[in-house]
Amino acid sequence: MKETFDVAIVGAGPAGISAACILADAGIRTIVFERGEYPGAKNLSGGVLYGHNLAQILPDYVERHCPVERNIVESRVWYLSRESGYNLGYRDSVFAADRKYNAFTVGRAKFDRWYAEQARMKGALVVPSTVVVDLIRNGHGAVAGVVTGRTDGEVQAKITLLADGVNSPLATRAGFRRELAPEEVALAVKEVIELPGEVISQRFCVSGTEGVTAEILGEIAGGMDAVGFLYTNQSSLSLGLGANLADFAAFKLKPYELIEAFKQHPMIAPLISGGKTLEYTAHWLAEGGYDTIPHLYGDGYLIAGDSAMLFNALHREGNNLAMASGKMAAEAIIEAVHRGNFSRKGLSGYGERLAGSFILKDMKKYRKFGRFLYQHKEIFDRLPALSSFAAREMLTVNGVAKNQKQRLIGREFRRQGMSLFRLLRLLWQAWRAVK
Amino acid sequence: MHIICCVKQVPDTTQVKIDPATNTLVRTGVESICNPYDLVAAEAAVQLVEKYGGKVTVISMGPPQAESVLRECLALGAHEAILLSDRAFGGADTLATSYTLSQAISRIAAKDPVHLVICGKQAVDGDTGQTGPGIATRLGFNQFTYVSEIMGVDPERNTITVKREIEGGAEVIEGKLPALLTAELELSTIRYASLPELVRSLRQTVRVWGAKELGGLPERLGLKGSPTSVKEIFAPPVRGGGLVFDSGQNSERVVKDFLDTFFEKEKRLLDGLLTKDGHAQEH
Repeated sequence: MKETFDVAIVGAGPAGISAACILADAGIRTIVFERGEYPGAKNLSGGVLYGHNLAQILPDYVERHCPVERNIVESRVWYLSRESGYNLGYRDSVFAADRKYNAFTVGRAKFDRWYAEQARMKGALVVPSTVVVDLIRNGHGAVAGVVTGRTDGEVQAKITLLADGVNSPLATRAGFRRELAPEEVALAVKEVIELPGEVISQRFCVSGTEGVTAEILGEIAGGMDAVGFLYTNQSSLSLGLGANLADFAAFKLKPYELIEAFKQHPMIAPLISGGKTLEYTAHWLAEGGYDTIPHLYGDGYLIAGDSAMLFNALHREGNNLAMASGKMAAEAIIEAVHRGNFSRKGLSGYGERLAGSFILKDMKKYRKFGRFLYQHKEIFDRLPALSSFAAREMLTVNGVAKNQKQRLIGREFRRQGMSLFRLLRLLWQAWRAVK
Repeated sequence: MHIICCVKQVPDTTQVKIDPATNTLVRTGVESICNPYDLVAAEAAVQLVEKYGGKVTVISMGPPQAESVLRECLALGAHEAILLSDRAFGGADTLATSYTLSQAISRIAAKDPVHLVICGKQAVDGDTGQTGPGIATRLGFNQFTYVSEIMGVDPERNTITVKREIEGGAEVIEGKLPALLTAELELSTIRYASLPELVRSLRQTVRVWGAKELGGLPERLGLKGSPTSVKEIFAPPVRGGGLVFDSGQNSERVVKDFLDTFFEKEKRLLDGLLTKDGHAQEH
């Protein structure tokens, strides 16, 4: 193609579109490529977004009719064993009023499409159904644009932003990122289960557009290092779980069997009962953490979002890291364009911004957490079973004195190698991994 | 040669829901696509123009979001796109739709004579196949329905030769232009648009005509101009799954179960046939 652009962005997800919005606002000629039929067609995420990050890019997103499903007023954490589980929830009316848009669920197919439309209205050109297959390099090895899979598909651009997601084959092929090891990614599967809005409101004890999230831990995936979630949308539920890819290989379990079993769990079955599965999707999660982050920029290019492995596994934050990193990339690009310097040096504002932000600080804080979970399988099998056993025994009224029950429970913990000392050590190690 | 192509946005029919109260399709939450037959028609139109010169104008009647199907045709290489969108057009049956589209074509033709109109043979949501012939009749054009191949256009004699599907075979016929064709899926193979064409389609403005721009008689537009009334509309009952014989445990038993079930069914079928024959003999 003859026409040239200032910036070519690969991927119309949260990172790419956030950058496109900022760039278009600054009057920078931007083209965005999306491999899906429309932005959002290829995405998977439980679907919780944080208003704070979106407002950084579109302060008036509510007025622009952002397709919000439900505002989250209650966050639950479940710790499940095979047939039982603990539920810890926090509900606050402030999240139904003043901080209504703190966190909300969105359907990615709808949201990403809407988000890309905002970028388009600001002046960015969003090109769907087009795969970027390679990068153009100039004589000095600097990135000088992209090659798409279409006829006459080369596009020259001063700067290229790779925001093509966790499975970024482009960054890998270009040598910007090494091939990921199985234990550095999780494989997540998700079902969207349709239910009438009022039934969802009743089952989760909320009204109107209020919603609930549940993060689910414990023995939910046959003992693998796994995390699940259940989020409320307007008239559907998103239910999913992700487990370490290396575990999938070692445990020889199949994702679709796992989610089927997950749906039968007594904590979940009544909530989804009568629902009809609308979608079944699977995706990788960039769970490798701080140590897998590649060089984030170089001559003529930057990497943002999941393709840069910016994902906070513990807090299940990916979208907002993508948005924030996309914004920072755009700001650095604007500086580079004004200076006329598109080299690694010219783009260094990106690295500075990331280092000073919550993104890299959080990632650094939790850098050892992924490894901790991966190496302590007892969190995903023995501990859930034992803690359920403890609660079951204490709650069963059968004429046995509570002291005696406690001793019984203690003995069972020790018998399974989970003495008080081991528990405290586990807690200490967990603390060390996140402090 | 000036070719007009009529296209329609239809719901992606894998998941159609019906509103029991109004007897209409629920469109919210259902993805929309370009009617596949219309896309084939647009591609065929572009190929003709590439061969014989001229231009392709695509038109569609529908809500504002129907613009996306026009852009899809622009990406294939169509030159201009006009969206006919107005609340007054809503609720149209094939009579009102073909009236509205023919009005638009007449209006376009007044400035830039039209030689050929190509429509899909039918839309996958209504399956009537009436709109194309309706337009041809109103415009007084020759019509060729169910066309699977355009053999050629003779500009000197002002004729077109097409192959059309008929019961048990195909026929090759020739007729005078201006004409209207309705397309079978075999009419063309849709191209993968080049990047510059795709970019052009994304940027091009799509003109919108309402009832005022169109002229014509208001009482023949939309719901007012539609004598068809839908008495009932329903989704066919969902078919239950077949029997499963799981050989996981005891294969001998499973084979026996299968054979028993199979022959039981066969026997019932045969019994049914015999009884029917018996009745036939009585009469």
